[in-house]
Amino acid sequence: MISIKNVQKRFGDNIVLDDINLEIPQSNVFALIGPSGAGKSTLIRTINALEGIEEGEIIVDGSSIHHKQTDINKVRTEIGFVFQSFNLYPFLSALDNVTIAPINVKKMGKQEAQEKGKQLLESLGLGDKINSYPSQLSGGQQQRVAIARALAMDPKVMLFDEPTSALDPEMIKEVLDAIRGLAKSGMTMIVVTHEMGFAREMCDQIVFMADGKIVEVSPPDKFFTNPDSERAKSFLSKVLNH
Amino acid sequence: MYQPDWSVIPQNMGLFLEGILLTLEISALALVISIPIGIILGLCRISKNKIISFLATTYIEIMRGVPLLVLLFWIFFVMGRFLQLGPYWSAIVGLAAFSGAFVAEIVRAGIQSVPRGQMEAARSSGMSYVQAMRLIILPQAFRKVLPPLASQFIILIKDSSLVSVISVVDLTLVAKNLVATSFRSIEVWTFVAVLYFIMTFTLSQIIRFLEKKYNSYD
Repeated sequence: MISIKNVQKRFGDNIVLDDINLEIPQSNVFALIGPSGAGKSTLIRTINALEGIEEGEIIVDGSSIHHKQTDINKVRTEIGFVFQSFNLYPFLSALDNVTIAPINVKKMGKQEAQEKGKQLLESLGLGDKINSYPSQLSGGQQQRVAIARALAMDPKVMLFDEPTSALDPEMIKEVLDAIRGLAKSGMTMIVVTHEMGFAREMCDQIVFMADGKIVEVSPPDKFFTNPDSERAKSFLSKVLNH
Repeated sequence: MYQPDWSVIPQNMGLFLEGILLTLEISALALVISIPIGIILGLCRISKNKIISFLATTYIEIMRGVPLLVLLFWIFFVMGRFLQLGPYWSAIVGLAAFSGAFVAEIVRAGIQSVPRGQMEAARSSGMSYVQAMRLIILPQAFRKVLPPLASQFIILIKDSSLVSVISVVDLTLVAKNLVATSFRSIEVWTFVAVLYFIMTFTLSQIIRFLEKKYNSYD
């Protein structure tokens, strides 16, 4: 479903993604973990071309994302993206946040979009918040609206860039539960996360990155008990034993 | 001791009204034209295309650097001659071109004050750059720039008094003519000052109302 081949990205002389190769099959959930500055966020942002790449190729559902002839606006409708800082539109209600892209990009009828938006918000436990503005919602509620907004486009792939890092601890669960629900429905997903419990329990593969490289790709049981690389061992010893 | 005689005001109410109407008409037209000029120039100013942004910056710098009085004379005598503009349209074009440059800077600041993540969220949902600007960025920028925009439009109404120099019979020229015939300069200019204040104060109240209405979400 997502195929990343020999991707390299530089900021000036600084190589931030170094020869990245990764294959994500349909309906798989991959967790992207590693120390900060490893390039996790940069990598996930290249998958929907929020960041450009210097070399290599990224193919999502048959479309080469960084190819000049690709209609990136069309491809992006199939890739849902959830940001660390939610990035909800503050001047629109929760429902309008969810429906603005279906109405204007997919040219869906307003009524149909609203029906669908309401259903999505209800399914994420926000049925009583459809008319609230983002500033009236808690962080966890805002992030769930952001997930509904991404889902409203019927994406084939969902990308989460540290979706719980900006949340108060008691709100992390409600957002992770929403992502769990999606995983069960068979959505293909990549999640950049520091939630090791979530990664271990929900993900098919753990991708461990450090210094712009993918150091290790292992199933969670193996990764968390007996990782191959020294780098992963030292990382885990720091994040698990505190 | 000077004996004020205010009868000059009611006696010439018709003239004052005509002057007010023309001042409002010219200001309103210049204002309406300066908004699209400002939005387009502001967008050009932040364009990644260096030539477009250079041209927009040059225009803005020239408009900011030339006094409005000189600009009005220049448009009336130079451009007006070739384009047959006449005083009325010279005044509107001059005011709109001048005000547009300031609106452009306000628009640019407004757009740049919208967090980057808003554009990223819009683009990642498949919106084109133009759609994202129109649907997500400009509505937020507009709300943020209402106060400076209000100041700019108040300045525009006040600046419109300068069009009297190219023989547009606005409120200021009505007053000037009346003073020349009645010699009641204290009464006439005091009344005209009050009229300008009423116009600008009304505008600032309208914009304050809009601000409250549109900023209710936060």
